[in-house]
This record gives sequence, C-alpha cells and structure tokens, in this order.
Amino acid sequence: MSAHASALPVTHIRPGARSMSFTLREIWQARELLYFLVWRDIKVRYKQTVLGIGWSVLQPFLTMVVFTIFFGRLAKVPSDGVPYPVFSLAALVPWTYFATAASSGAASLVGSQHLVAKVYFPRVLVPLAAVLMPVVDLAVSFGMLVALMAWYHVVPTPALVALPFYAVLGVLTAFAVTLWTSALTVRYRDMRYVLPFVIQIWLFVSPVAYPASMVPERWRPLYALNPMATVVEGFRSSLLGTPSPGAMALIALATVAAALAAGVAYFRSVEGSIVDLA
Amino acid sequence: MSDIAISIRGLGKRYTIGAREQYDTLRDRIAAAASRPFRRMAPGGLGASTTIWALRDVTHDIRRGEIVGIIGGNGAGKSTLLKILSRITTPTEGEAEIQGRVGSLLEIGTGFHPDLTGRENIFLNGAILGMRKAEIARKFDEIVDFAEVGEFIDTPVKHYSSGMYVRLGFAVAAQMEPEILIVDEVLAVGDVHFQRKCLGRLDDVARGGRTVLFVSHNMAAVQRLCTSAMLLDRGRLVRIGDVRSTVAAYLSGEARGGFAAAVRTGEPQILSADLEGLDGRPLENPSCSDPIVCRIRFALPRRSPGTRVGIGVLGYDGTTVFTTSNADVGTPCPSGPGEFDACVTIPSDTLLAGDFHLALCLWNAGAILDLQEPALSFSVDAGRSPLYAERATRKGYVHVDCAWSVAPRVDASAAVLT
Repeated sequence: MSAHASALPVTHIRPGARSMSFTLREIWQARELLYFLVWRDIKVRYKQTVLGIGWSVLQPFLTMVVFTIFFGRLAKVPSDGVPYPVFSLAALVPWTYFATAASSGAASLVGSQHLVAKVYFPRVLVPLAAVLMPVVDLAVSFGMLVALMAWYHVVPTPALVALPFYAVLGVLTAFAVTLWTSALTVRYRDMRYVLPFVIQIWLFVSPVAYPASMVPERWRPLYALNPMATVVEGFRSSLLGTPSPGAMALIALATVAAALAAGVAYFRSVEGSIVDLA
Repeated sequence: MSDIAISIRGLGKRYTIGAREQYDTLRDRIAAAASRPFRRMAPGGLGASTTIWALRDVTHDIRRGEIVGIIGGNGAGKSTLLKILSRITTPTEGEAEIQGRVGSLLEIGTGFHPDLTGRENIFLNGAILGMRKAEIARKFDEIVDFAEVGEFIDTPVKHYSSGMYVRLGFAVAAQMEPEILIVDEVLAVGDVHFQRKCLGRLDDVARGGRTVLFVSHNMAAVQRLCTSAMLLDRGRLVRIGDVRSTVAAYLSGEARGGFAAAVRTGEPQILSADLEGLDGRPLENPSCSDPIVCRIRFALPRRSPGTRVGIGVLGYDGTTVFTTSNADVGTPCPSGPGEFDACVTIPSDTLLAGDFHLALCLWNAGAILDLQEPALSFSVDAGRSPLYAERATRKGYVHVDCAWSVAPRVDASAAVLT
C-alpha cells in the first residue's frame, strides 16, 4: 500500500450548508448515477399500466383535440396561417414536457427521502433527473407531431436548425423552476397545492392555445419574461415556419439564466438541511 | 503525509424538537408569529421548542487501517456520528476531515426499486453506492454468486423473500472498495448463515488495510472485527480504547436486573425480561447453586407460526458463552396473536461466579424479529457452591459436568503383547 496518501481526496465536514455544496465537477463525477436515476424512472414509470408509453402521446393529443374544438373551431382563435391542430400540438408537445417536468420535479426531493437519508450524493441530481426523465415523453410525442405535420402536408422550413436551442431552453426553464420548487417543497408542503394551480395559470399566459402575435406589440417584452412563451413560439417557428420569437428569445435567455443562478444559490443554501427537515 | 484517515474535532449535532419545526407550512409560520408574544408569558409551555444534542464535543483521530467499533445504547449518537461522517447531514458545530473515498452502508439495499429486477437493482444500487457502471458489470457474477439468488436474478425484487432481498443488497455493498468504509448495524438482518457470511466479508475488508467504522449491537461481532472501540453515551464520547475493555465498560454500564422495552412498536417484540428464582420471586443476587429463571414476555401482534424465542448468555466481555431457545427441547411457541411468557431455567451449578449479560432474541425462519443485546446484566456469586468448595481458581464461564476417572497407568502395548 504505497499509494500516495496525499493524492487521496480530502473531505472537509463543517457546520452550515456550504460544506455540502455541489460543484460541477462533483455532478460530472456522479453522471453515471444521474443516468441510472433517469433510467430507473423511465423503467418504472409505465410499469403496470395498460397503455404504457402511449400515455405520453395520449395526453397532448387529447388536449389538442379539445383545443381544436373550442379554441380553433368555436372561438376561432387565429393560428398564424397553419391548420389549428398542428398549430396547437406543436405548442402542446413542449408544454406537456414542461408541465410534467415541473410537477414531478417539485415532488422529487420529498419522494427521494429514503435515498437522501441513507447515502450521500450531490442532492441536485434528484431534481436534475426529474427534469431529464420526461425528455423521453417529449421525444415520443414529438414523433406524433411529425406524423400530424405529414398528415396536413406541413413542411418544415430551414428555421428547423433552431429547434434544439428551443428544446434546451425548455429543459433549462423546467430545471430552474424545479430547483426552487423541489427545495421549497421539502420545507413547505404547501407547494403541493400551489404548484398545480400555478402551472394551470402558466398555460394560459403562454401562447399554447393562441399565437403570441395576438399579444399587443408593446406588451411583448413583458410577455417574453415568461421563457415558455419563447420555447412554445420557437417550436412553432422552427417546425411550422410561423414568425420567429426574435428578440423574445434574448429576454427569455436572460430570464432563464437569472432564474438558474438564483435557483442554484437557493438550492445550495438549503441542501444541507434537507435530511433534517423532511 | 499523516496516517490519520479521519480527524474529528469537537463534532456536535443539535436537533430542534417540538411543535415549531415539526411541520413547517406557511400557515404554521404565521400562527407561530402570532402566538409568539403569548408564548413568552408561559415559559416552557406547549409551543416552546426544545433542542437536544444528539452528539456533542466528539474529538478523536482514527488512523488508517483501524477498524473502529462504535458502541453505545439507543440514542447514544452512534448513527448521528455516522451520518455526519457520511455527509448525509451537516454538524451543528465542530469539524471533521476525511482522507480518502468514503463508502457508507447505512442500510442494505438503499434505493432498491421493487418493480425492477434483481439485475437492474444491482446496477442501480451500485451506482447509488458510488460504483462505476463498468466496475459493477465486471463484478456482476460475483455479486449474483454471493447473493445466492440464482435464477431469480431477472425477477422483480418485490417477489423476493426478505432473505433474498437482504442478501442481494449486501452482495452489492460488499463490492465497494473505498478507503474508508462506514457500516451501520447491517448485521441485524438476515439469517444466521448469512450473518456469518457478512462477517467473513467484513473480515476480508478489514484485513485489506481499509479503515472501517462499524456500528453494531452485536458485541461478539465488534470484538471479532474491531481493533479499537469508541463508546458513546447520550451524545458524548465517554471512552476510547481497546475493544475488550471498552465493550466490558459498555456492558457493565447497562441496566442491571430487569429489561423493559421503551416503546411498543406494534411489531413482534420482546416486552420485558426478569430474573427470578424457582419460587417466582425476583432474584437479586444469584449464587452458583441457584437455578436462574429468566421470564421473557413477548408480543406477537399477528399470527406467526414457527416463531422462536431464545437467550444468549454472554460473559463480562461480551463473549457468547452459550445460547438456548425453546426449540432446543422441542417446546412449541404459540403462533399468536397475543402476549406470551417464556421461562427458561439455567440449572444450578452451571454458571461460574462472575458478571454475565443476557441477550434476548425473537426470530422466525431465520429472520430476526427482535434482538436485545445486551438486555440485562447480573452477577453470580460463588456463595457456598460446591464448585468452589476447594477454593480452586476456576477459569472460564461455565461448569460442565464431565466424567472423570484417575487410575494407575495401564500399559497398552504390554496388554497387546500378552
């Protein structure tokens, strides 16, 4: 055993949350655990269900049907010149991802209590895994969207190259929200009741059922503070060739960056007490 | 470079108990703020929160390669210490420095998902314990071998027996190769055969030069494995030293006379145990010539046929002298539900003079339902026992009635020749 003991990693344990703070390096080292946490949730998610992965298609599809009947046909909401079903589904696919990720993310830390209380790993992996897992549903429902586009003979434009950007922005938005909600839920179980309501409101302040072009021009910068508006409009513009979110994307990017930074800081400040509180 | 693996300096952990921190909702906070002025008027009232130090002022250096047993009664702070060193929770004061990778095993099968198969859970659990995927894949066959789950490896673990579940969990954990291993009371589960296997594995780890912190109520295991021991009592480190004397100090400090369970768990449980004479009166100071009756009261809340109740008699240093159970003499145990009294009589002239401890155990089909070790302690006096009639120094713990004969030497070779 002539291994250089000086090369051994040294762990300092001190009072206060700071001593537990995760670092990017630590997350990188634990990437395999992150992979397994996501993999477990995917494996387990649809066990003992009849429809299985079909649920990830059914939910946005049925919402699309309802939206098409009430907003498209009856309320005659404009749809930027695209058939309303495609118009709404292109928004519902990223939106359903966000809603799923935000709600499962908020419950993730409390739901992992047994794990958190028994073994150390960077706590942030839990909300991170929770927002990555629904990406699988996103991919599957995206397949359905492509099929619907083909049905309506909607051909993507070169704007398609921007799609990955909007997808990543959507994941980051969900992660920023989840950093806050997962940690807050540990302390305040009120979040369980608040969050579904907030997500419901959020759906209507995002251009899912209607185009962002309906929002008056002067309100647009304020409207863009909601990054999901950019994500949804971005999905549409890159797939259906509707107007690009343009400057809204920059505001959204800044909002998400700020929310992420604040979320990381908040999460770090409380992660040390997660075990003691829950 | 130092040969200190873990340096602990004034470590302490305070918990706040009481209504305030229990269930923290916004409404509670508002209510607490509103009632604060009134609470001041009634000091020590219902709303007052109490703080307890689960651990206080613990300072100790653990050298590389040391196998340290951490012992102490319930609430002594053993688990809190392990949780702090495992980075699961943060200390309130003090600090610790750990050199090397830490692997902690506070529970067997942490993160097992009932819907996943044994194979899938091996990878998941391994990753949770900090192993690399490639490492788990390489050791996969060894894990399956050790766990003895064989063809059930592709069955969801929710269909496993509790024994298989525990074996699989330990088999994965046994493959951890950190420089420092932290183990909490994992031997309290599983059957005897499996416990022996686990101890053997821990033995290997210990011989491999790793530093191990080991919490257990099993004094025999602590004595067998550890090179030193720390004794905690109500959060304080009261003794550090060699295993034998520390275990003896712990055992002698335990409650003498009777045993009574602190809480009723609603599970199969040993409720109380008392020593009495043949006449049923409490036995204060037994002597060698007294039969010692141990009356064990236990509860079986559900029907559980085949349950066994047993005692282990331990020497002053924790060495197991002998064990006995109702099954030894074919006495059946009621299947329950209900509360029962088991009486076991240690015959007179069996135990030699000295200090003894009793361990109590309730188990069924190899699974331990309740284990109290040590549950109670007693001293046996030499008295006027015939064992001491000649004042010879008797060694050991028990007297065994052996047959003896002493006669002039018979020359065997001569006998054959004639």
